[in-house]
Amino acid sequence: MAERYSSFQQGGTMWFLQRVTAVFLLVVLAFHFFLLHFVNHADEVSFLASSARMETLSYYSLMVLFLFTATFHGVNGVYNALVNQGLSGTKRTVIKWTLIAASALLIVQGVRTANAWAGGFPLF
Amino acid sequence: MSQSYNRGLIEDFSRWREFEAGMWAWIFHKFTGWVLIGYLFTHIAVLSTAIPAAGAEQAVLAAEADIYTQTIVTLEELLLVRVLEVGLLAVAVFHMLNGTRLLLVDLGIGLESQDKSFYASLILTGAITVASVPTFIAGAF
Repeated sequence: MAERYSSFQQGGTMWFLQRVTAVFLLVVLAFHFFLLHFVNHADEVSFLASSARMETLSYYSLMVLFLFTATFHGVNGVYNALVNQGLSGTKRTVIKWTLIAASALLIVQGVRTANAWAGGFPLF
Repeated sequence: MSQSYNRGLIEDFSRWREFEAGMWAWIFHKFTGWVLIGYLFTHIAVLSTAIPAAGAEQAVLAAEADIYTQTIVTLEELLLVRVLEVGLLAVAVFHMLNGTRLLLVDLGIGLESQDKSFYASLILTGAITVASVPTFIAGAF
């Protein structure tokens, strides 16, 4: 029997953005795993090696975009899962804004970390 | 005379016993999603050690004695961390493969064979995870 299970109301903006970010994340997450576990090895990580990668504008931009999309996809997924479980009213509003605040914090901390490696925003 | 009963609990229980691939795909997708967002927060927290490390002397960075390098290297020395990393890979690969399956279903492709594509996602996740174990465990002993 082919029954469809989804936490998302089909056709909405959030539903659409969840899918657009999914396509991007499929490619970039695979690249991230491959580069940092198979090309370079996790136990050979060093500040200077991470720094060398992040000083390249293309890599820096890709990683910052990765951070934004992963945060959105994850937090939007959690929010929809909770709404799907029946979250509503004031609780829904409180959780929504808590998740938005947590996302903002994660993004700020992630960008600060990226800038620490890159020595500021990489211009070239 | 008909009488209505609240069969909520009994029906909820029966649902678990009635196997349906789509339902399990939904449960696994949700579970792996929660793990991945939890990991993202942990990941950024650990990587944040790069912020104080950026202020270290060049000689300290070259000697790999800074707090960022030391934190990652120390974590990677723990077998438990390596095992958790393999688990993370399995969770991520399943979420990616099942997510692809969901995207295809949304595009109207393969709804009729959605149970088969769920089994394929599981088998492929297992194969990729097993094949990655040597790389993930290398240097842990």
